[in-house]
Amino acid sequence: MAAEMEIIMEKPIKEPKILGSVIDPSLKKKPKIEVTGSKVWYGDFQAIKGIDMNIKANSVTAFIGPSGCGKSTFLRLFNRMNDYVDTFKMEGKVKIDGKNIYKKKVNVEELRKEVGMVFQKPNPFPKSIFENVAYGLKIQGIKDKKFIDERVEKALRQADLWNEVKDNLKKSGLALSGGQQQRLCIARTLAVEPSIILMDEPTSALDPISTAKIEELIFELKKKYTIVIVTHNMQQASRISDFTAFFYMGELIEFDKTKTIFTNPSKKQTENYITGRFG
Amino acid sequence: MRKIKELIIEKSLLSSALITIAVTLGIILVLSVETVRFFSEVSIFDFFTDTQWTPLFTEKHFGILPLLSGTFLTSFIAIAFALPIGLSISIYLSEYAPKSFRKSVKPLLELLAAVPTVVYGFFALVVVTPFLQDIIPNLSGFNSLSAGLVMGIMIIPYISSISEDALHSVPDSLREASYGMGSTKFQTAFKVIVPAASSGIIVSIILAISRAIGETMIVAVAAGQQPRLTLDPTVPIETITAYIVQVSLGDVQHGSLEYRTIFAAGITLFVFTFLLNTLSYRIRKKYQEKYE
Amino acid sequence: MNSIRKNRIKDQIFRYWGIFCTAIGLVLLSVFIGDILIDGLRRIDWDFITSLPSRKPEKSGIYTALMGSIWILLLTTIIAFPIGVAAGIYLEEYGKKNKFSGILEINISNLAGVPSIIYGLLGLEVFVRIMNLGASVLAGSLTLSLLILPIVIVATREAIKAVPTSVIDASYALGASKWQTIWHQILPASSGGILTGVILALSRAVGETAPLIVVGALAYVPFAPESPMDEFSVLPIQIFNWISRPQHGFIENAAAAIIILLCITFIMNGIAVYFRNKWQQKWK
Repeated sequence: MAAEMEIIMEKPIKEPKILGSVIDPSLKKKPKIEVTGSKVWYGDFQAIKGIDMNIKANSVTAFIGPSGCGKSTFLRLFNRMNDYVDTFKMEGKVKIDGKNIYKKKVNVEELRKEVGMVFQKPNPFPKSIFENVAYGLKIQGIKDKKFIDERVEKALRQADLWNEVKDNLKKSGLALSGGQQQRLCIARTLAVEPSIILMDEPTSALDPISTAKIEELIFELKKKYTIVIVTHNMQQASRISDFTAFFYMGELIEFDKTKTIFTNPSKKQTENYITGRFG
Repeated sequence: MRKIKELIIEKSLLSSALITIAVTLGIILVLSVETVRFFSEVSIFDFFTDTQWTPLFTEKHFGILPLLSGTFLTSFIAIAFALPIGLSISIYLSEYAPKSFRKSVKPLLELLAAVPTVVYGFFALVVVTPFLQDIIPNLSGFNSLSAGLVMGIMIIPYISSISEDALHSVPDSLREASYGMGSTKFQTAFKVIVPAASSGIIVSIILAISRAIGETMIVAVAAGQQPRLTLDPTVPIETITAYIVQVSLGDVQHGSLEYRTIFAAGITLFVFTFLLNTLSYRIRKKYQEKYE
Repeated sequence: MNSIRKNRIKDQIFRYWGIFCTAIGLVLLSVFIGDILIDGLRRIDWDFITSLPSRKPEKSGIYTALMGSIWILLLTTIIAFPIGVAAGIYLEEYGKKNKFSGILEINISNLAGVPSIIYGLLGLEVFVRIMNLGASVLAGSLTLSLLILPIVIVATREAIKAVPTSVIDASYALGASKWQTIWHQILPASSGGILTGVILALSRAVGETAPLIVVGALAYVPFAPESPMDEFSVLPIQIFNWISRPQHGFIENAAAAIIILLCITFIMNGIAVYFRNKWQQKWK
């Protein structure tokens, strides 16, 4: 049991593949994600109007704000999921571990192994639980069965799903309950061992008990990962995040320690949103 | 490198898609080249004005009009039969019938279009013609009436399915407005829904016409092989398509003038179906934008 | 008052008319099929299926035509399936971004409406003459493949469209490339729909007569094909040939052959519908 615990908690030192450089110890002090002057357009509509932001490693940062304020768009800058929208255009720099991810020579697929994403509506593949979690490894060309089996088990344990599914990994991912499906999607993301996990309203489609389970999970995960979570639920943000960013109409109104935002915000707009005067 | 592999895959898939362009070009080229050769021996004026088509006889005439009249006569009969029935089916299914009925009947109707046309030809010749001969004493064994009616049966689903989709996609809000004013289903259907779905219905009719004039086996079996410029549905005629079959079954020399006649006839047919299909595509695109 | 009653009556009359019209097509079809069964059922026996065609109707059988049809079916599948599915994948997954794909779309829509006999003319010039394949099974299959290609392409596109974008997003978010996403997620998920479309296209091909006549499939073939370059006949052409003969015995033969052809056609359609329902269930 102790050996297993060691395997789970141990996060191997990896070279960030997108950078091709050895980890610089001084990086631990630098922000994990650094955004400068970012602007985003969808066609003629400007969704992000000039935002700077630094996100610390091994923290949970929450993005809050009314619908359509740009928080999801901003989140998707970090794993370049916006690239698939035809009319998407961006300016500015998004640096992860010090390197700009929008440079031409950056391999997008490598980027997404470093930066994983969990979506609002659980979206397991129509395959078995095992296949779901192993997918990210298979597409990297990994064929070693033992290695895959170990990683799958580790990921499912980290996602707090192992005990519920270990007896039948061949069951279809779609046969699980909503909360279990979302934890499966989290396990799937964890299996490739990213350093950053993006979550786009991960519990808004779930019942309160599943939500609580996942919030506990996030709390555990932040020891090893950097987590950015978009949420509509302000109580959730105040419960689980270390830092909170309040967005409004494509602008970053305020970004500070969560405690400060929720007890003593500096901007009136923030206070109005938090107290429910709008949004 | 991964990127090169992705590029190769994309280009291979593209080449498969490009085969479709090659097919169209092939059709146009093949038909045109042989037709041009045909017209080096037959005057275009004769082709369009001569009232006889006898390329296989000793006294040769190359007027396309008899074949055209045969094609259009049978198609007209088919549409005249299929249109009111197909349209009524579509209105009934869309506006009157319960959902479960609609769901089970639609695939059955589409069965009508799945029957191989040579089988329909058999029905026309062996069942319908003798039956009609009891009613119409002068009806000859090969005629455009039987062929046209049976073709009509085959075409019913073309009109009923597409029209029904068009009617079904008219928003319910229009129906509610009409019923709310006390209209019957009949009034709502004909005064409100059908006009709103008119472009979809027209598309279905155009497609049905195109299908009818391109039909081969029903007319080859039951309508006859006597090109005749006439509107009389009781006598044998020949359609463009049946003529091409007739020549293909015979011993016509490759490269001869008689051989080329099938391409001249073919390109005439192609032009008509091409225009009809383009027209229906245009209308379909325009009306899709309306409801999206 | 009066006009309300009139309207109600019109409504009722139309209701009955609608039911009548819906029934008439199917009733007529049943009458025809009933007639076929009466004419031809007793002619079907093992001899009928295994005999070669002959001048005497009692001795004639469908063996060579049936073999020809099976050959054509197999070859057409091998040719049309990969090309059609590949083209469908390209149009749906890669081709969206440029104007060129609009032209491809219009073109395919047009090809779907071209009369089948025109494909016969194309096949005659290109496959039989220019490529020197003669009136062979290969030439016939190539011709029919072109004919059903638009059907396979459209079916592939529709099946791919039905795959939920959430699954595709998840695949990209895990770092899969476009082709990996297509191969591992999109194709398996759409395979039911694609299969349905291909089977329907093939059931259409099995009943095609005109293009094969033009290509030169013979009406009287005394042997079954043994290679793709052999001459051939198919079931519909055999039926056509028998209908054209004056002796009544041949009408019986034709009816019997039609029963077999219809069985093949309806079974294929049935299989396709079965797959379509199974595949649609997956997404519920």
